[in-house]
Amino acid sequence: MMEFPGASGLIMNEPLLWEKGSAGRCGFSLPRRDVPFSPVDEALTGAGPDFPDLSEGDVVRHYTRLSQWNFCVDSGLYPLGSCTMKYSPKISEKQVGRRGFASSHPMIPALLSQGILRIMYELERTLCEITGMDAASLQPAAGAQGELAGMLIIHAFHRSNGEKRTKILVPDTAHGTNPASAALCGYIPVPVPSGVNGILSPDAVASLMDEDTAGIMITNPNTLGLFENNVAAIAGIIHARGGLVYGDGANMNALMGIVKPGEVGVDVMHLNLHKTFAAPHGGGGPGSGPVCVKKHLADFLPVPRIVMEGGKYLLSENFPGTIGKVHAFHGNVGVMIKAYCYIRLMGPEGLKRASEIAVLNANYVKEMLKNVYHLPYEQICMHECVLSDKNQNEYKISTLDIVKRLMDYGYHPPTVYFPLVVPGAIMIEPTETESKEELDLFITAMKSIAREAKEAPYILREAPHRTKVKRLDETRAARRPCLAG
Amino acid sequence: MRFIPHTDDDITSMLAAIGLASLDDLFSSIPAECRSREPLNISEAVTEWELNDFMEKLSASMASTPEYKIFVGAGSYDHFIPETVPFLLGRSEFVTSYTPYQPELSQGTLQAIYEYQTLTARLLGMEIANASMYDGASALAEALLMAIRVTGKKQAAISTLIHPHYRRVVRTYFEPAGYELIELPYLENGTTDISPVSKIDDLAAVAVQSPNFFGCIEQLAGAAKAAHDRQALLVVSFTEPLAYGLYKSPGSQGADIACGEGQSLGIPRSFGGPGVGMFASKMDYVRQMPGRLVGKTIDAKDRRGFVLTLATREQHIRRGKATSNICTNNSLCAVAASMYMASLGAGGFRDLARLNYDKAEYLKNLFKTARFKVPFSSLTFNEFVVEFPPNFEVIHRRLMEQKIIAGLPLETYYPELANHYLICVTETITRDDMDTLVREVKS
Repeated sequence: MMEFPGASGLIMNEPLLWEKGSAGRCGFSLPRRDVPFSPVDEALTGAGPDFPDLSEGDVVRHYTRLSQWNFCVDSGLYPLGSCTMKYSPKISEKQVGRRGFASSHPMIPALLSQGILRIMYELERTLCEITGMDAASLQPAAGAQGELAGMLIIHAFHRSNGEKRTKILVPDTAHGTNPASAALCGYIPVPVPSGVNGILSPDAVASLMDEDTAGIMITNPNTLGLFENNVAAIAGIIHARGGLVYGDGANMNALMGIVKPGEVGVDVMHLNLHKTFAAPHGGGGPGSGPVCVKKHLADFLPVPRIVMEGGKYLLSENFPGTIGKVHAFHGNVGVMIKAYCYIRLMGPEGLKRASEIAVLNANYVKEMLKNVYHLPYEQICMHECVLSDKNQNEYKISTLDIVKRLMDYGYHPPTVYFPLVVPGAIMIEPTETESKEELDLFITAMKSIAREAKEAPYILREAPHRTKVKRLDETRAARRPCLAG
Repeated sequence: MRFIPHTDDDITSMLAAIGLASLDDLFSSIPAECRSREPLNISEAVTEWELNDFMEKLSASMASTPEYKIFVGAGSYDHFIPETVPFLLGRSEFVTSYTPYQPELSQGTLQAIYEYQTLTARLLGMEIANASMYDGASALAEALLMAIRVTGKKQAAISTLIHPHYRRVVRTYFEPAGYELIELPYLENGTTDISPVSKIDDLAAVAVQSPNFFGCIEQLAGAAKAAHDRQALLVVSFTEPLAYGLYKSPGSQGADIACGEGQSLGIPRSFGGPGVGMFASKMDYVRQMPGRLVGKTIDAKDRRGFVLTLATREQHIRRGKATSNICTNNSLCAVAASMYMASLGAGGFRDLARLNYDKAEYLKNLFKTARFKVPFSSLTFNEFVVEFPPNFEVIHRRLMEQKIIAGLPLETYYPELANHYLICVTETITRDDMDTLVREVKS
């Protein structure tokens, strides 16, 4: 008999840190004092922070209980669209913790940091090979900062040509970070409507592109999970008017070994190492968002850049065209090490296989659910598929009700209400690390929920039933913000 | 392939369900001219054991503590980390979850971040803190952009004693928007000269770092007055938050925004990242804040719970009009910082801060006794500047061969400071280490 993973068990309550403990406790082994006290200036010194005093056991129990309130990909399917919640190899965590890496200082001479510089250098080269780009910087700390770095590079490119363009084209299916990154760089984002088949048409782009437009930001596959198959033609249109093509690589998990964006007209793009390259998400970071460029933009990359001279890896600031720096040091190196390990463990065939199976899984889910949930775009999808609540609306059931109920079955909800072009969107990205049995069970759960929507909609409206807390009052949180205790 | 569970039979039956004959058919929507013709030219796959051997060799090639005695801080500090922090932080539930968009399944992360926000606000003496930024440098850039939004003005005065890399990041963020940055010079005592502020008309913010890049404690109350007299905000940056276990917090001195790097709080240096950008402000400015915020609320049964809140500031709702483009932040590092602060507690934090201060004073006095110049007279925390005789770089290099890194040369960043070195001492440096350093420097 099929058994869903969702079950009820004993969940422990746990107060806030400052609601427990007792003055005088300490969970830290204070290092030996081998120097005398020196006088301090009372005018500048304070009482110190008002922290709770806890024992080591208090702290361990606190965070162990808190952790048990979290769902994670190690505990179950986490099909958040565009987030690529794949399994993260445990062996990579061990590498990051090695003393040579963990205790290394970012500002001592490069000759004392050869190991880590080699990893970073090889990772840059490998990412360039995967994307078909020529040069990369690992400095951006997350995808959105990679986008910002990319926008700054585009800005610097136009300035080097004596131009100051004011607009940038952003498709209506783009992640919110795209227009936000463009705006941070002073560009006015101009929305491009996607066509009836969910993809961009060259005509729509041509009608908006002009000499005052810096370029276009394209996510490929787009957030409907569809390959932008006019990308080469669109790049031609943009380039003909002096613009550049930015590639948002958030969805690169569909394309490893299949398509190199640099070969289809993309000039600059970012990758998310915490998505495609299996670095874990950490409940919201740290991430890493390397920016990769074609040759003509290489001089604009952030500094320092890693160069190889006489068999040694060195850090060079000597790139006068650079946009500058986006991170105090070299970016989130710990995350880079995990991505590097993942790539080494997978090899060329493994990466291609990952993309193939990611796409297979998404199409399988789409195929098995399309008769139950509305499927706005029929064609073969890439690594994710987008459904909607249209069929369930007649029972006054919304996407939110559906996905809250999914929790009771033991699954994390997909991405919801995004992309904006599909009302009530349910965006499912299973990733390649989920097995057929796991997907079959998930599909059965989704079908069961559709049945409940029809027969007993109240179950969905009050869902979830098995979680530690019920639906939370988000309006209250926003109206009377309480952000600290 | 151990991370991909599909057998050949699985693949065959799934393809059949979709109505396709081969995996390649899945990509039939991609025009042929877009498809890669060659396989990826990258290294062949390695086994777990090969990876271990290889990484161990690379790790061993790094100069790391404790073999090396590294007297360099400059924004990246070596502190003892209680084993409980990596142990608890390594739990899958924290490591392999996403941003807590679905609060019913994410109360662990949400409460942990709410606690982080609270402890951060208490440490910095501010009313509220956000869920984290990438690092201290981008936090400063975002703080200045926030001050520009709050005040509607377009210039920012920034101390030359803010970490040079942070200033570079600020310039990078400011460049395309065309906001003006005015650098404030430093005084003989090693603190910022605030006086030029009174002559700036369109001033949105005054930014100082305390302890500053020379390790000196700034006169924050004076900086606050100068900023507020011009209807500008005071932004206090920092690279070493442990200092606030001894010195007065930015908030208590009149800071409107306090932001900086939290790596010191239980996070390994890891070649400079990931750390955590700490970001706190007055409640009045909350709607202009960048980044995620976790707020307290109740569930349908009136029980306490936590959610991401005030999302109308953010990119996924406001798109081009958001207060920032930040999405993924450094959440797990924020949780590490919170675990660390909770482990030390008020007493431990105060005692550890005092120990860092006393160690640095001990070394400073050793240098002075050995007749080296300590050029800046202001109070410091765990870093300070020493002026060595000309050609000290020869000794610096020799010491490096002896696995002692005797400070960071300042001339690269401050050309007028030839032979000046920034020296850092934390609790991980023993009295013996310090005695050895001064003895070797003298010889």
